[in-house]
Amino acid sequence: MKLQVPGKTSNESFVRATVGAFASQLDLSLEEMADIKTAVSEAVTNAIIHGYECQKGVVTVECKIIGEELEIKVIDQGIGIEDVELAMKPLYTSKPEEERSGMGFTVMQTFMDRLVVESALGEGTKITMTKRVANG
Amino acid sequence: MNTRIEYAGNTLVAKLEGELDQHVATELRTRLDDEISKHNIINLIFDFKGVTFMDSSGIGVIVGRYKKIQARGGTTMVIRVQPQVDRVLEISGIKKILMCSREGENRGELYEVASTGENI
Ligand SMILES: Nc1ncnc2c1ncn2[C@@H]1O[C@H](COP(=O)(O)OP(=O)(O)O)[C@@H](O)[C@H]1O
Ligand SMILES: [Mg+2]
Repeated sequence: MKLQVPGKTSNESFVRATVGAFASQLDLSLEEMADIKTAVSEAVTNAIIHGYECQKGVVTVECKIIGEELEIKVIDQGIGIEDVELAMKPLYTSKPEEERSGMGFTVMQTFMDRLVVESALGEGTKITMTKRVANG
Repeated sequence: MNTRIEYAGNTLVAKLEGELDQHVATELRTRLDDEISKHNIINLIFDFKGVTFMDSSGIGVIVGRYKKIQARGGTTMVIRVQPQVDRVLEISGIKKILMCSREGENRGELYEVASTGENI
């Protein structure tokens, strides 16, 4: 499944619902479903407000079921991340003045089984998250 | 997201309904800050009974208001949270700095703290 939406925060709930609908073909618990939606919400929010800094841009979301795993990619062609290791630290945010909590990556890491962040300055960011599904 | 604001003396109760993400966070923050200063609010209660989803944008809103209320010498509480919201609150560490209760959990002391506000 591949979804492309304009990078506007008003599209976040649509993306969550669509990924949820895709994931529902797996036999997920309510908690697993909530985990997936929360992680997706974090990645999409980041693409919009950090990647594109709320300017125009397209956010791509790809979902795939591989064996017993759900793989989700969230991709933007925004500003990129200079220091991925620093960005992933709990509580780190480059926008404290906007009341960001710096917990987005921590939420993704906690709610999913694997998180890979690939980013290049001026080119964009690709988040790959996977969740193992017990009854997949 | 729907927000219903109720007052009990100088305690404000924000009854939230729907999904709390980045899209609604900005508006909610502005609305609450307006109410807090306009009505000279000391204590703030977030009633999350109707909130079906929250991501870390909600943490930003709660912590921001908590700081504001603390500066006014008041107390902030988050009550009646659903399981998904509870997990996000847990990860954020917010439960160590302010009082939170889950939906259906009987924590009478939270309501007592709330009622230390005048004229409740
Ligand atoms: N898609 C992205 N493009 C550019 N920068 C990003 C992206 N995602 C995350 N970041 C950077 O990583 C930091 C940490 O992200 P996160 O943990 O979600 O916290 P927050 O969003 O609250 O700042 C952000 O403040 C930002 O600097
Ligand atoms: Mg974030």
